[in-house]
Amino acid sequence: MSDKPEKFIDENGLRLDGRRVDEIRPMKMEIGVLSRADGSCYLEWGKNKVLAAVYGPRELHPRRLQKSDSALIRYRYNMAAFSVEDRIRPGPSRRSIEISKVSREAFEPVVLTHLYPGAVIDIFAEVLQADAGTRTAAINAASMALADAGIPMKGLVSACAVGKVDGQLILDLDKPEDNYGDADIPMAMTSEGEITLIQMDGDVTPEEFKRAIEMCREGCRQILEIQKETLQNKFAKLNEVEVSDDEGEADVSALVECTLDPLEGNEIPDVGESEDDESIEEDLVEDAEAEDEVESVEGQDDTDDLYSDDEAGEQVEEFDDSFKDVDEEDIPEDDEETA
Amino acid sequence: MSNEVMSVLKKDYIYNLMLKGKREDGRTFDEMRKIDLRTNVIEKAEGSAWIKLGETEVLVGVKLQAGAPFPDSPGEGVIITSMELNPIASPDFEAGPPKESAIEMARVTDRGIRESGAIDLSKLCITEGEEVWIVFIDIHVLNNTGNIQDASSLGAIAALLTATVPGAREGRGEDMPVPIRDMPVSVTLVDIGGEMMVDPDLDEETVCDSRITIVSNQDGSISGMQKSGNGALTEEKLLKAVSLACQKASELRETHLLNI
Repeated sequence: MSDKPEKFIDENGLRLDGRRVDEIRPMKMEIGVLSRADGSCYLEWGKNKVLAAVYGPRELHPRRLQKSDSALIRYRYNMAAFSVEDRIRPGPSRRSIEISKVSREAFEPVVLTHLYPGAVIDIFAEVLQADAGTRTAAINAASMALADAGIPMKGLVSACAVGKVDGQLILDLDKPEDNYGDADIPMAMTSEGEITLIQMDGDVTPEEFKRAIEMCREGCRQILEIQKETLQNKFAKLNEVEVSDDEGEADVSALVECTLDPLEGNEIPDVGESEDDESIEEDLVEDAEAEDEVESVEGQDDTDDLYSDDEAGEQVEEFDDSFKDVDEEDIPEDDEETA
Repeated sequence: MSNEVMSVLKKDYIYNLMLKGKREDGRTFDEMRKIDLRTNVIEKAEGSAWIKLGETEVLVGVKLQAGAPFPDSPGEGVIITSMELNPIASPDFEAGPPKESAIEMARVTDRGIRESGAIDLSKLCITEGEEVWIVFIDIHVLNNTGNIQDASSLGAIAALLTATVPGAREGRGEDMPVPIRDMPVSVTLVDIGGEMMVDPDLDEETVCDSRITIVSNQDGSISGMQKSGNGALTEEKLLKAVSLACQKASELRETHLLNI
């Protein structure tokens, strides 16, 4: 469409969209946006619009794919047909298959998969509108969806890209910079700064590359702040609602409180950043674990319900044998279908 | 039909509610869930709509591209509708090429728009026999709590109403709105134990004997209809369904489409 601009950075050091070279595009996110998913996140980053959902841990079919000592992670990066200027064919492309693979590998180091042997954790990232940097946007959203689903993790993953235009390194490329720039280096990092994803195309010197990682780390740190804030907002809200609703049920409210106490502590404005960071990360793991406890309690409730259903079913069976036929034949069939 | 695993007890429960004239979420039989419709949510699409029907969420994007017409209608634009039952929307959806239910729902939506003449296809001709505008309607299902069909169809026409023909961008004349002449709206009902209920939620869709979708237009004419599910419908029930669907469709058109 548009031709290559003459200059990407003006004499004041500002880019075409008015950002400084080390400034990311405005980002906002919201979690818990899809009612059927176990965890979800909608993220806008510049003109990128990305929706991520997590399902699981859930049973993995076919069973031969199950891993006996840990959960399998599946990641699907997908672009909507209408997400770009020229419509793209729906379904997986070679590009999206590759991105799905590296993005999955960006999460494998942080998700505590050994807690769920034989299970699968499905991560779906849908790019609804694309404007450069969709894989990093998808990873940021997926990270939040995992946290929202209460999947135990060592910490959040944050991602952004560094590129080069006019011989100068810039953080978080937009579309023209991506199309006509000299390099593009997307990276994902844990909160400790470990790199879980890195790709690169283009041309940079080793010095530039080193500087690029530093810029990226700074970008990821900013994104991590936004991610943490989003989580805190949601769980603070949850606290108010759940506690008032569940006053009668001592067990549940106790669990909810223990989930949220650390977060309340964090609402105190940041003092001594590094220490605070660490405690928040620990809290996140605790959070995830605590939430997991809540979930497993709910899970037990479900099983109880199932048992009582079965009992009720048996009672009916005594009266009506044809009912039993339906019960036993239909349900396994459905199972196979879903498999 | 949905693949949700549903216990026989649940089926009993919904059936017994029906006998008392009630539904699981407290609606009356002819009451739709709350609808939230936003248009132009995707700037890069030529037209788009995000629709929330109860908790069911669907995003429809319209793209236009110049391309070859069909040999039997050399002077008319082309409509291509596709639907993806995205695995993001339900634990029961899987990635991969569209399955029969997605193809069915996409085609019902397509027929409603095509057969009602909602798009004036003759105005989408660039050079007769050589080049016409192809209208792609892509339906992205984001959250499934039942009745994707009606959400898609309402979303599709809403997205079309906001769509622009990108003539300037493609170097083929000037931009103009996509020529829309009608507003087809689909309304789906399910038959549960002999009672017809409008806008089924997921459980109702799963237990129902059959499901009927009726697409009607501004003048009350019907441009599409589809029955699915393994039950049968009597003529009386069908006619009742049609009149209810037309009435609901005109309400939907008034509240959600006429102000776009």
